[in-house]
Amino acid sequence: MLFESKNLTYSHPGQRPLAFPDILLESGESMLVLGKSGSGKTTLLNLLAGLLKPEAGEVKLAGRNIATMKGQELDLFRGKEIGIVFQKPHLLAALNVKENLQMAHFLGKKKGHNIEQLLAELGLMDKANSSVLILSEGEAQRVSIARALANSPKLILADEPTSSLDDENAVRVVRLLQTQAAKIGAALIIVTHDQRVKAHIPNFVEVKAP
Amino acid sequence: MNLFKLSWKYLTFRPLSTGLNVFLLALGLAIITVLLLIQDQFEKKMNQDAAGIDLVVGAKGSPLQIILSGVYHIDFPTGNIPMDEAQKLVKNRLVKKVIPMALGDNFQGFRIVGTNHDYPALYEVQLNGGKLWENPFEVILGAEVAEKTGVGIGDEFVGSHGISIGSHDHDANKFKVTGVLERKGNVLDRLILTSVESIWYAHDEGEAAETGDSTSVHEEPHEFNPQQSIATKGFPKTDESRELTALLIQYRNPMAAIQLPRLINSGTSMQAASPSFEMSRLFELLGVGITLLQGLAVVIIGISGLGIFIALYNSLKERKYDLAILRAIGASRIQLLLLIFLEGIMLTSIGAILGILLGHTFLSVIISYNEQGVVSTLQPWIFLMQELWIVVYALVVGVLASVIPAFAAYQTSIAKQLTKV
Repeated sequence: MLFESKNLTYSHPGQRPLAFPDILLESGESMLVLGKSGSGKTTLLNLLAGLLKPEAGEVKLAGRNIATMKGQELDLFRGKEIGIVFQKPHLLAALNVKENLQMAHFLGKKKGHNIEQLLAELGLMDKANSSVLILSEGEAQRVSIARALANSPKLILADEPTSSLDDENAVRVVRLLQTQAAKIGAALIIVTHDQRVKAHIPNFVEVKAP
Repeated sequence: MNLFKLSWKYLTFRPLSTGLNVFLLALGLAIITVLLLIQDQFEKKMNQDAAGIDLVVGAKGSPLQIILSGVYHIDFPTGNIPMDEAQKLVKNRLVKKVIPMALGDNFQGFRIVGTNHDYPALYEVQLNGGKLWENPFEVILGAEVAEKTGVGIGDEFVGSHGISIGSHDHDANKFKVTGVLERKGNVLDRLILTSVESIWYAHDEGEAAETGDSTSVHEEPHEFNPQQSIATKGFPKTDESRELTALLIQYRNPMAAIQLPRLINSGTSMQAASPSFEMSRLFELLGVGITLLQGLAVVIIGISGLGIFIALYNSLKERKYDLAILRAIGASRIQLLLLIFLEGIMLTSIGAILGILLGHTFLSVIISYNEQGVVSTLQPWIFLMQELWIVVYALVVGVLASVIPAFAAYQTSIAKQLTKV
């Protein structure tokens, strides 16, 4: 099993504890995390990425438990093995497209994917040296996907990656995530409430507010 | 990509704010650099020029003026002193050596100093070519005089009356250059040296030629004989009542420092002034201005530090999400801390280097506006060890200004930042 999360619980201060469904994924598999707004979908994603610490349970990626890792070790592991696509692309404005991807290589201390090749596959080759400020929403989201893929991670997490995109771009982004994840043998988890995504990925778990 | 490059990108991403802060810091540091350079070189120069001169004797007047005119050749002399009175000092047991000095003429603004061979010997300066003066109207030039006027050995020129440029010429007699002194970086570089007699004769001729007016000190026009010998040591020999401008005196023993000035000031019509005493008095006066400028520079540096702090802190607010993203793609807390420190340090290093260069440029501009006089002898492109301290100061400012923003970056919670959209 490449990725598994078991018995995860977390409580925000002053709120009732959240319990999350277990997730099991093999390399190349994808899974949706569904749920209403405020049900804790994003909290689950943060737990899986090691951005938050669970109160109980474990998150295992390639045999290592993220829930018990700390500090620099966790940061580096995240940089190397987990690619995250956020709801808003949020690229580093001071850098151009290519430099944004190079940053991932530098921080992850890993050169997984050839950047030129990756940009070409995502149809961004002609934007390689442009400022990220002049990209369209769809292009920016593709760059942020490229950044998540840059280190050839074992797990790709996407948080509502399609919510601000039109139909055409939304489908494109989901396909892209699926094919790229399959290509590098990564597990893909998409947190969403977008119907358009459900049509492409049948596997899902549902997060319910307590 | 690395942290250096990333910091640099963030700095150049806000060119105006970065530019303003760098410029402010550079300005403050430039002022300190200029002060440092002037203070260092002035003090060195002042001490060097006054070395070996214990006392200067001139006509009654301001003692500071006597020092400035007699030792540094920047101010006007207080007047003339009768030579017979001056000569009495030689016999005093407290006096080791007396160098007579007659001023009153210039050539293109460079002073012609009538003296004896002891004067160049006092500064242990060697000739770069030719020989010392042996006859009336023979002169040697300081290195800078030769360079600026283009006059060389064997050339002749006409002196002008007065010690600054723009008076009438003594065209009756031509000075002949017999030698050029090597460059020593001291006062001699800017002087033309000749015998006391040459100065006398030049003025005698002038007065005779002009009017022979009754206010002349000398009763009758002097018969000038070119073959007449001159004194290369001690005082010039003459039967007439002649005048000198100043005397440079070396003490025989420390007792002289106490007794001799009082003796001269109360017992003669002359005035004695000690270079070290007068110069320390002058520096005390200038010190107020220097302290004021230093204070101003510190204030400017303080403001620039504050500016850097505010710029970093404000940009941090905009960049919390950026920092969270960096963490999400693998940056550690320490790396974010370093990123902010690097920005502050880079900003201030650029400011420091620019400030030092600006300071030297300021000085060279000041010097180019003062072609003659003491300022012109300063060297703008000498770098001092103290300038390294300027870089250190700047870096301290940079680190201090980055501490709070860097710590805030260190504490950024990624999950919280990323969840609020």
